[in-house]
Amino acid sequence: MMDLQDKNRGLQQRIKYLRAVIICLFAMILFRGWHMQIINGAYYKRLAENNRIRTVTLPPLRGIIYDRHGEVLAKNAPSFNLGLVAADVRNLENTIKRISPVIGLPAEDIKERIASGKDYDPFSPVIIKEGLSMRQVALIESHAWNLPGIGIFIEGRREYPNSAIAAHLLGYVGEVTPSQLKDEEYAGEPLGRIVGQNGVEKVYDRFLRGGVGKKNIEVDAAGHERRVLNVMEPVSGDSIILSIDLKLQKTAEEALGDRAGAVVVMDTGTGEVLALVSHPAFDPNVLSKRLSPKVWQKIAEDPAHPLNNRAIQGTYPPGSVFKIIMASAGLEEGYISEDNKIACSGGMSFGRRVFRDWKTEGHGIVDLHKAITESCDVYFYQLGNRMQIDTIAKYASLFGLGELTGIDLPSEKKGLVPSIQWKIETKKERWYPGETLSVSIGQGYLSVTPLQQAVTVNTVANSGVTVRPRTLRALMSDREKRRFVFPPVETKRIHIQEHTLDLIKKGLYSVVNDPGGTGSTARSPMIDIAGKTGTAQVIGRRGGGQPHGFNDHAWFVAFAPVKKPEITVAVLVEHGGHGGSVAAPVARQIIEEYVKNKGSRGQGVKGSSVREVGGSNL
Amino acid sequence: MLKKSTIALFDWTAFAIIIFILITGVLTIYSATYANTGGNTTPLYLKQIGWIITGMLFLFAGAFIDYQTISKYAYPLYALSLILLILVIFIGNSGFGAQRWLSIGGLTFQPSELAKLATALALTRYFSDYPARYGYTVKELLFPGGLIALPVLLVLKQPDLGTALITTFVSLILIYLVRVRSRLFGFSTLLLLMLFPFAWHIFWENLKEYQKTRLLTFINPAADPTGTGYHVIQSKIAIGSGGFWGKGVLESTQSHLNFLPARHTDFVFAVFAEEWGFFGVLVLLLLYVALISWGLDVALKARDRLGILMASGIISIFALYCVINIGMTIGIVPVVGIPLPFMSYGGTSLITTLFSLGILFNIKKKRYLFS
Repeated sequence: MMDLQDKNRGLQQRIKYLRAVIICLFAMILFRGWHMQIINGAYYKRLAENNRIRTVTLPPLRGIIYDRHGEVLAKNAPSFNLGLVAADVRNLENTIKRISPVIGLPAEDIKERIASGKDYDPFSPVIIKEGLSMRQVALIESHAWNLPGIGIFIEGRREYPNSAIAAHLLGYVGEVTPSQLKDEEYAGEPLGRIVGQNGVEKVYDRFLRGGVGKKNIEVDAAGHERRVLNVMEPVSGDSIILSIDLKLQKTAEEALGDRAGAVVVMDTGTGEVLALVSHPAFDPNVLSKRLSPKVWQKIAEDPAHPLNNRAIQGTYPPGSVFKIIMASAGLEEGYISEDNKIACSGGMSFGRRVFRDWKTEGHGIVDLHKAITESCDVYFYQLGNRMQIDTIAKYASLFGLGELTGIDLPSEKKGLVPSIQWKIETKKERWYPGETLSVSIGQGYLSVTPLQQAVTVNTVANSGVTVRPRTLRALMSDREKRRFVFPPVETKRIHIQEHTLDLIKKGLYSVVNDPGGTGSTARSPMIDIAGKTGTAQVIGRRGGGQPHGFNDHAWFVAFAPVKKPEITVAVLVEHGGHGGSVAAPVARQIIEEYVKNKGSRGQGVKGSSVREVGGSNL
Repeated sequence: MLKKSTIALFDWTAFAIIIFILITGVLTIYSATYANTGGNTTPLYLKQIGWIITGMLFLFAGAFIDYQTISKYAYPLYALSLILLILVIFIGNSGFGAQRWLSIGGLTFQPSELAKLATALALTRYFSDYPARYGYTVKELLFPGGLIALPVLLVLKQPDLGTALITTFVSLILIYLVRVRSRLFGFSTLLLLMLFPFAWHIFWENLKEYQKTRLLTFINPAADPTGTGYHVIQSKIAIGSGGFWGKGVLESTQSHLNFLPARHTDFVFAVFAEEWGFFGVLVLLLLYVALISWGLDVALKARDRLGILMASGIISIFALYCVINIGMTIGIVPVVGIPLPFMSYGGTSLITTLFSLGILFNIKKKRYLFS
């Protein structure tokens, strides 16, 4: 025994060394465990919590948009969207390859969508595809365990039941842009938030969009929700009631038809916009989707400019409609009176040039009434020549031309009222007296929007009171269970004698109702209509046989009934030709539809309580 | 009475430690797979209990068969394991990029688990048959070198880096214990160190892509947090977030929310550490150290050279498994994919380990008996 012990002594000694080494190794592991669990325990706990707990944004429902009779113009429909949370995806290529056939979207488009969300917090979903079918949702949910980072997100998708009807007025919605997020207006909104991007959707976005909610959820390693820890519910947006009359809007859209142009219909007394048409239009349902840059570019570069709201952004020479302002100026400043007469032989020599009347053979002996009724150019050439450009500009400005009307729609254009000073400042050139003659019949540098034309004639119909056009009629706050109605805003009362306006109104009545009137196609057996035609020359060409693109723009402005005006209409048909033959019938159809519906429909949407508030703070 | 003395000489303390660790393992496997148990499959913790019961039969077999008898079959066992390793190459089942499993009946069997024990047994048999009091010469080590190289190369071929490493390590430990003529040992160690860069190059070139990335991510796990470093990062988060008292059984978020990979097998320690905290880790490590010390004590007090070498080889394998597995879950050893003895789910590993520890019981018992 001793011998054996002795023989193996060296062996045993080395086993003792081995034991020492093993104990050292375990001590090292224990030290490491202590370091991780005790010293850095809080750090790892935080990491574990970050793994587990995630804050998810809950998008609120956007407010509903109604017309003045409670017809729905914009609402929300539940949409099942496919979202990708970058932080949870293990193998992006593989994930894309697997979801691409399920949602029917090419891999490149998916990558493009993912790239568009590169600024997102990696834990926020980038929406890849909207409006999944139930079959697609089921397919994806059943493979969820195998698709880390892929999830179905339910969202209220904006839906416009009338498609392109009133598209420009309503606008559309879209993800908030990075530049918008820098704006105070959108402070605190998360990336990917759907906000109004045009029309009333944009202007009243702060009422419509509501407030996002938040929920803390526990997720598993694939980023899929396991349970909800706490919820802060989102606050739905306020609904708004527009002054638009959907039925009238549809009539106006149909009356304009396929032609490019614009129609503005206003309530004469309040300035409420009853219809606002711009053609060609777009489908806001399409634009409110998350479109790829390619599709966007295609829409934006369409030569017909469907995104352009011609009613407030298109600027055109006002044509003979401007004679309303010329006549007012002449009467007020004493350059003409009711009885002054001139002889019109179809043109006027001025300098080395002959300024032609639209009627080659001339109008004969012309007084103010006849000059308006028959739209005699020579009468206004002479008047303009005597008044000079700055007087004309003064009255044009008085009627609001060259200024924003202040309508509650985005990106309104001012148009242009030229003056001597303007010419020197911008063109670095003196004013030529011949240019005054062009302006006198609404041509030359003068340019206006269809809305400004409507406001001009509305001021005449209103006996000198200019009201600011507006689209919002009331606001319904879900939170406060209250309805706010906004009274009309009188922007100003222009100082023009009642007698002057009466003379002009008489003239406008005769335009439509006298045998020689240029607007006889607007005559209606149902109601007395007053109006003014206009034919705006397209610069560059004049004469017969020009291709469609160079035809004159046709104008017609009108109000009715003549005695106590209720409705004001402005119609522009781009390259339509003569205002009398093209634009006037459009106005008549709209006014007749208005008469038909009058009294047969109640006013407004039922609200729990009504409170009048001032609209100026909006 | 032989029977009475056999029971009296059985080391119940060591047995209790083993049972205690096994129960802890079952509990942790239960917790780790709690959320995932489907309706129709047998829960893994129940399967593990089945393996433990089977394993106990092997433990008692090891304890009651004379270790010298076992040693007599060391070479046939070694040969069998080589044949099985070759069979794996041709008819084995693949999984995770490696071909490691053989199907026998309805059961899968991992021959590399057997091979490392068989290699150690064959080595101890050789060193015991040809004792060299002052160490071995290079020439004398050629045969044992071949004994080591064959299974290691076959296991590397699968590839199963972890088992290959453990087989190599335990062989080196045995060679250290039996001693190499010191001057030569020093010289060859020096030579090895000089040749290391070249050897490393050849080694690196022959690694599979996932093995390379595993080694790379071991060096810097944060480089690719959702890719290959993910396992280690999530394991460290699990362990670290356990704190002192742990989150409690079934409360480990890292495990139940699937952040932790291979949580009932290779990373079971992370689940345990998350649920039981540093307190649990301390107790578990003490139990392991106690068992290993007991094993080394058996070696020290064994009555012959064979017993000493067998006991130290067996307990060295056990210790290596513990250190490398826990080391990889806490991020100080690369992820090589080996189980934690008695804790990880898996039948082959459990049976082999229990059988080998059974031999220790036998060696300990025999020291009191004269043959």
